[in-house]
Amino acid sequence: MLERLISEAPRFFNYYNTVFLLQAMGNTLLMTVIGCGVGFILGFIIVYLRRSEGLAWLPVRMVLIAYVETFRRIPFLVILFIVLFGVQGIGIQVSLFGVAMISIAIIATAFISEIIRAGFDSIHQTQWDTASAMNFNRLQTLWYVVLPQSWKVILPPAFAFMVMFIKDTALASQLGVVELTFAGKILANRGISAILVYGTILALYFALSYPLTRLGAWMEKRFASPGNH
Amino acid sequence: MPHLEITDLSAAYEADAKVLKDVNMTVDKGEIVSLIGPSGSGKSTLLRVLMGLLRPVGGQVVLDGDAIDYTSKSSLRHVRDRCAIVFQQYNLFQNMNVMRNVSIAPIKIKGWDKKTVEAEAADLLAKVGLADKHKAYPDELSGGQQQRVAIARALALKPEVLLLDEVTSALDPELVNEVLDAIRVLASEGMTMIIVSHEMAFVREVSSKVVMMDEGTVVEAGPPAQIFDAPKTRRAQEFVSKILRH
Amino acid sequence: MDYTFQFGEATRHLPYLLGGAWLSLQIGFLAFWGGAIIGLLGALGKEWGGPVVRGLVNAYVVFFTNTPGLVQIFFLVYALPEVGILLPPYWAVLIGLILNSGAYLTEIQRAGFTSVRRTELEAAETLGMSLMQSVRYVVIPHIAKVLFAPLSNFYIWIVLGTSMAAIFGVEELTGRAINISSSNFRTIEVFIITAAIYIAITVVASLILALIGRHGFRVKAKIF
Ligand SMILES: Nc1ncnc2c1ncn2[C@@H]1O[C@H](COP(=O)(O)OP(=O)(O)OP(=O)(O)O)[C@@H](O)[C@H]1O
Ligand SMILES: [Mg+2]
Repeated sequence: MLERLISEAPRFFNYYNTVFLLQAMGNTLLMTVIGCGVGFILGFIIVYLRRSEGLAWLPVRMVLIAYVETFRRIPFLVILFIVLFGVQGIGIQVSLFGVAMISIAIIATAFISEIIRAGFDSIHQTQWDTASAMNFNRLQTLWYVVLPQSWKVILPPAFAFMVMFIKDTALASQLGVVELTFAGKILANRGISAILVYGTILALYFALSYPLTRLGAWMEKRFASPGNH
Repeated sequence: MPHLEITDLSAAYEADAKVLKDVNMTVDKGEIVSLIGPSGSGKSTLLRVLMGLLRPVGGQVVLDGDAIDYTSKSSLRHVRDRCAIVFQQYNLFQNMNVMRNVSIAPIKIKGWDKKTVEAEAADLLAKVGLADKHKAYPDELSGGQQQRVAIARALALKPEVLLLDEVTSALDPELVNEVLDAIRVLASEGMTMIIVSHEMAFVREVSSKVVMMDEGTVVEAGPPAQIFDAPKTRRAQEFVSKILRH
Repeated sequence: MDYTFQFGEATRHLPYLLGGAWLSLQIGFLAFWGGAIIGLLGALGKEWGGPVVRGLVNAYVVFFTNTPGLVQIFFLVYALPEVGILLPPYWAVLIGLILNSGAYLTEIQRAGFTSVRRTELEAAETLGMSLMQSVRYVVIPHIAKVLFAPLSNFYIWIVLGTSMAAIFGVEELTGRAINISSSNFRTIEVFIITAAIYIAITVVASLILALIGRHGFRVKAKIF
């Protein structure tokens, strides 16, 4: 077996395959970052709307709560299929990469909105009251008072969520999105040793995830220390 | 015509438990009205209701001839434009330094000119004895200093009526006077104020009217001499004798 | 935009899908408890093992938590045959999920261990408890209370994670949805019903866990 690996390795790591794998790795990272980035923005909007007041907004709040509660309970793979068949049913042209990104955003929105909500809740009610007594509206209160105080609570878990999702995006290979796992499948189908191929794929995921995990841990520790404004 | 007229005002945090019951009170221009009464009598709640932080369940508030509709955003904006409140716990914005705390609302909310606001903020901070603390953050200041920043912040909004909620009760005794001095200056300048305080000597000294509350109602209102020396109601007599004993 | 939903056709398959959900729950259960045992050993090793054991546990945890479970299972299914190990898909999936959850559960359980303070043990000692008694009455209840919420969340997570078994032909909930959709036009309806079943089973699981937590471990669990 070892001989086979040694004899195949140079052929496997040729220029073409290396570029192919690195591009696939870039796609994995790209769809995670964009999906979670969109999720972050939508999550913020959800939290903002969930803090609306009055009966008129009650239906909106209920829908948003239902969204957040349900979409954290559906497997990513199932979401991928729903989005894929959904866009086909509606009849709009979306690339597979786009389908994967939309799916990531749908799930990330639900999870990250909970992270943002917890962050906002960590700001004492008196800060909100004080701002509204000074005629800040909700958006101004968030922007000038709450966000500057809560981003340190929000960012580490939101970042950790994104890093975790890098691994979940492997499921998008099932649709045929050319990300890292799918690239592995293509190469394995060419008859290259599966140990070599999937070993490399695992190593590349590790190379992507591990430094970011450490960065996230560092960020968490850094932000938790008091006294920096 | 009184500047602020409160008629039969009622409020509740939970639906079935009113903490303000038909409160009546008037404040004339330039008058200083002090609210006294035992803990839990509803003094802070009254100020919160006036600022629209808690919606009343009944009664009405008339400010400068206009009845305030606490369900309407524009009406709320109108009150908050004219009244400013200083909280017991200062509630400075933790993410902003002293200058920013004082200047942010005039600049960002009222849209006043930045340079002018900052110059005036500097004057106000000098007036409360904090000319050298512009760059300090709230967690770098003592309680008394934070409370004086909070007063400067409220004044920077140029309110017609200033509401002060037990602004000295969270402070160490030696810090109390520096805050009271700041209020005395305002009193001498003719600022209309509603003051909640446990500092009876101070209340007596600055108030034009004292309103005593108990269990969400006004027990007795009148000039300080009446409330402290010759209260008419039994409840006021009990309260005054208890607080004046020590 | 002229698509009209028709659930009637899709609901015919409900019993078949529910059968798949039952298998999902079983796989989730096995993956959780298998992982919990590995995680317990891992946590013990990391806390009290020598440098070699700690190094091995660390390598295991760091590798499995930083690579996708799906690719780990690909490795088991396609790479191991090259060294003569042939695993049926169901077993490959199960082993993959157990190894994966074992790594996460090592970290979770270790956090539970480290939350027991030395002072607590000393307090138990001053009350005249023997070591066994203090473990029985102080340490284990404490750890159970601390760990209950994260373990409950992890359980839900692993149940959702079992859907990747579908990729290897295991006929659990997602696998059965794929089966139906390949012979049926009402694909999206089938997957929406599938999603609803996942929501239902995880909500029920959360409720049951919250009740167990509240009565068994005095944990005030937030269900939603
Ligand atoms: N956020 C709240 N939710 C529910 N009840 C409240 C809340 N704040 C105050 N209360 C209740 O309302 C009543 C009046 O409280 P309030 O704070 O207005 O009293 P106070 O006169 O300011 O007392 P103190 O002198 O202690 O500050 C009390 O019975 C109190 O328990
Ligand atoms: Mg009070």
